[in-house]
Amino acid sequence: MPRTRTPLVPGWFTTEGEEFRLLGTRCRVCGSVFFPREDSFCRSPDCASTELDEAPLSRRGRVWSYTDGRYRPPAPYVSDPDAEWQPYTLIAVELAAERMVVLGQGAPGVTLADLAVGMEVEAVPGVLSEDAEHIWTTWNWRPVTSGSEERS
Amino acid sequence: MTGDGRDVAVLGAGMHPWGKWGRGFVEYGMVAARAALADAGLDWPAIGSVVGANTVRSGYPGQVAGATFARALGWQGARVTSVYAACASGAQAINTARTQILAGLADTVLVIGADAAPKGFFAPVGGDRPDDPDWLRFRLLGATNPAYFALWARRRMAVYGDTPEQFARVKVKNAAAGAANPYARYRTAVTAEDVAASPVVADPLRLLDICATSDGAAALVLSSMDFARRQGVPRPVRIRAVSTVTPRYPRTALDLPDIATDSAAASLDPEPDTFRAAIARAAYEEAGLGPEDLSLAEVYDLSTSLELEWYEDLGLCGAGEGAKLLCEGATTLGGRLPVNPSGGLASFGEAVPAQAIAQVCELTWQLRGLAGERQVAGARAGITANQGLFGHGSSVIAVR
Repeated sequence: MPRTRTPLVPGWFTTEGEEFRLLGTRCRVCGSVFFPREDSFCRSPDCASTELDEAPLSRRGRVWSYTDGRYRPPAPYVSDPDAEWQPYTLIAVELAAERMVVLGQGAPGVTLADLAVGMEVEAVPGVLSEDAEHIWTTWNWRPVTSGSEERS
Repeated sequence: MTGDGRDVAVLGAGMHPWGKWGRGFVEYGMVAARAALADAGLDWPAIGSVVGANTVRSGYPGQVAGATFARALGWQGARVTSVYAACASGAQAINTARTQILAGLADTVLVIGADAAPKGFFAPVGGDRPDDPDWLRFRLLGATNPAYFALWARRRMAVYGDTPEQFARVKVKNAAAGAANPYARYRTAVTAEDVAASPVVADPLRLLDICATSDGAAALVLSSMDFARRQGVPRPVRIRAVSTVTPRYPRTALDLPDIATDSAAASLDPEPDTFRAAIARAAYEEAGLGPEDLSLAEVYDLSTSLELEWYEDLGLCGAGEGAKLLCEGATTLGGRLPVNPSGGLASFGEAVPAQAIAQVCELTWQLRGLAGERQVAGARAGITANQGLFGHGSSVIAVR
């Protein structure tokens, strides 16, 4: 039986067949943007709204900071305990329009040497882990290369 | 100094040494509590209120720490409170005790925090909780605490030009102080070469840049100033301020355990994100003191680079000048304003609910002039600062 591609957290990013975007919410009253999404209440202290709409975030941003994980993180992070640990990068990205910083894993193959603070990156689909029934999907950040198609 | 109308007296301070001792948190807490009581010259039945700082890692007893310690010491009818505020739990326990004393609800309060920490990375407690940011950051990103410390360190390097060699000097300084502290877990000198030779945990931070997780316990006996005088302690160390302020929206600095900051897009004129600075500012305002009045500071050096941020947030220097202040020797024992003369988390490792109380124990011993080899000469006023998950932070100012 084929495994299904399933977002690890539903509603945080677009799924197959659309242009990939992180999905937040925007307060209908004051315009505050939230990621991870707030669907039940606005967290601005000056707003008591409970009306929020889904809002895709900017696809591209600039590296605010970055690091990697040289040791296997503890559960609930999923990794094969029998496989040698392969460090991955973590990238914090500043989105200009939203004026916020969003953390994500670097795309497979992205190393520290590929990164610098201020560099432009884009959100791309990623796979976090796989089990018998699922391919658990997530978002990754990947440097925008000169060959990348320019889209906003 | 102003009048002592809002001061509370520190009558006793006690600790159980930090380490990995393989026993339960109650046992550690009992040792610290008995030491604080003995230091205060009070018997446990004379205590009117007990406040426990909770631990989330020891089941139900850890979540009702005040009662757990009261039962272990022997039920004697005291008022009881148990508080949790992540790394600021101990300071909230102190503040609860202070509030009760100032409200006239208790003359004497015993404050206790103790933890038995697991080996390795702190991890969320078990179960699937996709609505818990602390669970999500591990499940989705594998983002450990050191990963966040490393993001902040890298940011400092990019914005201020800090270097890993400067970060290492924080560890060297704190290890030298901790070597003289009998309660510290690590009591050997560390060189810059040792730091550079330790493995990278989360680039750019190495193992010796990051604080360990420890077992440990700290306790204080606090009282009203009148009670202290009646006890024959005319000039006790006094707690003059306890800051437990929350952040202001929008928070624009990425912080544990969040996956993203707040968005400042809807703010026409967003307040700059100054949560750590706001914590200290509230303490200074309450105490009527400023950075220029301090003799010493105990700050939460979860990582070496974070200690430099605290220098700036406490107003000891301007933004980006932390490494310069360190390299000048100002914050070393014998310097103009020693920071972490206890050895800090670098020498202790973190025992979460005990740590903010331990910071005040160090202020107490320093202000009494009883800190031995690590004594700050002529100490008159000290500040503590810490920050924990979920918008918690604290700062305590004590004077003598």
